[in-house]
Parts: sequence; structure tokens; C-alpha cells
Amino acid sequence: MVEADHQATFESIRNILEVYNAEGIEITTSTRLMSDLNIDSVAAMDLIMEIEDRFEIDIPVNMVSDVETTQDLVRIVVARLENRA
Amino acid sequence: MTDIFDKYGDIAVRHDQLLDAGADPFGVCLEEVYSPTEAMVNGRRTILAGTNNYLGITFDPACIEAAAQAIRKHGTGTTGSRIANGTYSNHRQLEDELASFMNCRHALGFPTGYQANLGMLVGLAGPKDVMLIDADSHASIYDGARLSGATIVRFRHNDPADLDRRLRRLEGEGKSHLVVVEGIYSMLGDRAPIAEFAEVKNKHGAYLLVDEAHSLGVLGDTGRGAAEAEGVADQVDFYVGTFSKSLGSVGGFGASNHPRFEVLRYCSRQYMYTASSAPSNVASVITAIRQIRNDSTLRERLWRNAEEVYQRLLAQGFKICAPTSPIIAVQLPDIETAYYAWSRLLEAGVYVNLAVPPGTPHGESLLRCSVSAAHTEAQINEICRRFEDIAQELASQMPVQEPAPVMMAQAGD
Repeated sequence: MVEADHQATFESIRNILEVYNAEGIEITTSTRLMSDLNIDSVAAMDLIMEIEDRFEIDIPVNMVSDVETTQDLVRIVVARLENRA
Repeated sequence: MTDIFDKYGDIAVRHDQLLDAGADPFGVCLEEVYSPTEAMVNGRRTILAGTNNYLGITFDPACIEAAAQAIRKHGTGTTGSRIANGTYSNHRQLEDELASFMNCRHALGFPTGYQANLGMLVGLAGPKDVMLIDADSHASIYDGARLSGATIVRFRHNDPADLDRRLRRLEGEGKSHLVVVEGIYSMLGDRAPIAEFAEVKNKHGAYLLVDEAHSLGVLGDTGRGAAEAEGVADQVDFYVGTFSKSLGSVGGFGASNHPRFEVLRYCSRQYMYTASSAPSNVASVITAIRQIRNDSTLRERLWRNAEEVYQRLLAQGFKICAPTSPIIAVQLPDIETAYYAWSRLLEAGVYVNLAVPPGTPHGESLLRCSVSAAHTEAQINEICRRFEDIAQELASQMPVQEPAPVMMAQAGD
């Protein structure tokens, strides 16, 4: 069982999110993707694909609908990484 | 208590702003229809270059006669579902005709194309299965996927290598994998590399479903669609198609060689719990299939027309999103420009589809033209001339009117 590292996962996701950070706000675990970063449904699709490629995992569409914050993304990625191990 | 429509606040506001700006691109009314390619819109005779009437078969005399005869013989509707009183000999005959046309053992009719995708996807996949869908899939595929309860994995549009990676990651879970692609995508008009997808699904033992909605009657030596055009028709596990495009009616179908396919007749709720197609629809579709099977003239004319419009718009400097196809998606820089161009074209008597984010791939703003075999040389000249006017107007950077943000219900999400 691989012990997935929440902090490292968050750092990676934050790096990916910086591309969407037009306002240059500080991205934390509680940053809301839609209201703080203005990521709409189309951009969200691209974002998820980028994260999937970066971690070599699949994030089913069914899991994405509840995502609100960066922390939600981290949780999903960690769960998928553990699922793969 | 909040109003139940509050959730649509933003969309409604944008839509109202749009109406203030001028014509409603999503509320166009064809006041009179003169032919497959001409109608009265806003009191003006208008050339239709934004339909899905690829073969112009909606006014085909034989199809009209078959529909009229059927309505006199069988009445206006069936008033019942296929599993009750709604199966007439005509419905069976149409399914036989479809099976024979698609070279499949089985075919199943549905009252609409949207329902065909829902009924097939929900019928085939369940909570223990994985459905892999192309990112640019039509709304009916997204909705069917969600309704099935399957785990939905989205792969990059038209990217067999991405599908391959994802199927490899799913190996060993002991689940059924259903891959869903379209022959021609309705927004951009781009074609799927079906042969490569078939190779990938064979390698991983997955099932492949191809929605030939926009490619039926358009591609392939006998008009069966994109899979036939790529020489892999026999490797497709499930087909979906619609009657509301090349076949000029309303309805849809699923077809397959799978020996257990008929189970869907009593397990697919979209097949079971809806009134069956009107006899007139069924009759015109049977006739239309026979026409396109036995005569490739319309298909050849369609491609000649498509090629001509494509090359001329390209020469005018427009950016077109895909190689030549009957769907020609002209990309404009933003929503305001697209809306302005769309309005100008309509005022000039040419109707095309306006397609804007978030309903379009990659947030593109498009004028979606669709070419028909029924377009005359004069009509094509007129369409191209009006586009030329737009090109010159945009090139001279004439200031456009106040921006009117546009919002459409999104295809995917």
C-alpha cells in the first residue's frame, strides 16, 4: 500500500492550478475552484484531464460533481492513487 | 422560500440581455417551410444552412407518399408502447430494414435519437461497468452515461492513445468496459478515427459503441457511416443512429450482432416506457433507407457541395475547425463577433447555427453551417457571398454593437 502524500499532492495540484489563477490569489486547500478561480465547467474538464495525466490516474466523472475546493481535489487524487496501488 | 427557478438566474439574465440585443439565436421560428433548404424566417425568405438535412430527403416525394399512406392506413399515432399495443407490422419492418442496412442481426427502434442513446447506454451499462466516453460527446451520451450508474471515464477527444492508457489502467478490475464514440461530431464536424479506436478496444477486450447520428447516409460506400468508411464496420459491437438527420424524420435506433441484444426489448426502459413512433414516421424512414442504400447520388452531391462551401469559406480567410465535412464550423474570435455575424447573415437571408460556450468544445464561438445535397448552385453562391460580406466587414474592424453575453445549456456538463 503506497502511503500517498497529501502535502506533495496538494503542491502538484497547486502548480497545475496556477495556470488558471488569473487574479494571482494565494491558492490554499480551501480555495474554491469556481468562485475563487473562475474555473467554469469547460475549464474544469481540461483541469481534470491535466491532473489525470500528471498522476497517471483516472478520475471518473461521477466523482467530479462534488468538487468545490482544492482540498476536495487532493482527496480524490489520493484516493485514486491508493486505489491503483 | 426560494423560487424554484432561482438556480437559472445567471443564464436567464444573459438570455434576456441577448434578446435586448436583437434576434434570439435559440428561438428561431421557421414560419413557412418551402423546401429542405428554404424557409420563411422573420418574414423573409431564407436559405437554410444550419439544419441536419444532409440529403435533403425531408421533401422526397416517395417518403412523403409513404408517410401519407401510412397515416391513412394506420392512423396518426399508436397510443401505446412497444411492449403493449404500440408494435405495428411497420415497426417490425423498419427494424428488419435497419438490421439489413447496418449488416447487423438485430435492430431496435426508439422514438427519438436522444432516447436511442439513453436507451442503449442505460440498457448496456450498469453500476458495475465502466463507460469510457469521448470528451466531446453529445449531451445524450453524457445523460445516458449518468443515468446508467456506470463509472464514467472521459478520454481526450479523438485520442486513441489516451483511451489505450485508460483501458490499461482499468485492467484486472473484472468489469465490462464500454467505449463510446461518435462518427462525426455535431459541433465541429470532425471525424473519429474509428479504425484506431477499434484496434484499442480489441486489444483490451472492451466493447465499442459508435453513434453514427451525423455520419449515417453521409459516410461509407453504402451510407452506413464512419465505421464502414474506415473498413471496420464488422468490429463495432453496438451502433446508435437517428432518423432525424439524413433520414429526414424523427426517431432513432440501436443495432448489434451480439446474440443477446434482444434482451433490451424488456430491459431498456427508454424502449419500454414510451409511446412508439407514429406510423407515418416509420413509413417515411423505411422509404428513406431504401433510397440511400440503392442510390449514392445524393451522398455524392452532398460531398461536392460541402467541398465547395468549405474551400470558398477557407479562401475568404475564415478559420474552419475540421477537415471537409457536411458540418462546417467557422471559428470566430469571441461570442460577440459570432453573434453579430450570425445576426447579419440572418438579416441577409442565410440561416446558420450559432454555437457558443459553454456548449462548444474548448470554449469556441462558432457559426455552424451544415451543407445539404439539396442546396442548389445558386444557393451555395448566395451563402458564400453573404459570408464574403461578413469577412470584409470583420476585416474592416467595424465596431460591433454592445456585447451581449450568451449562455447555452452546455452539451456535456
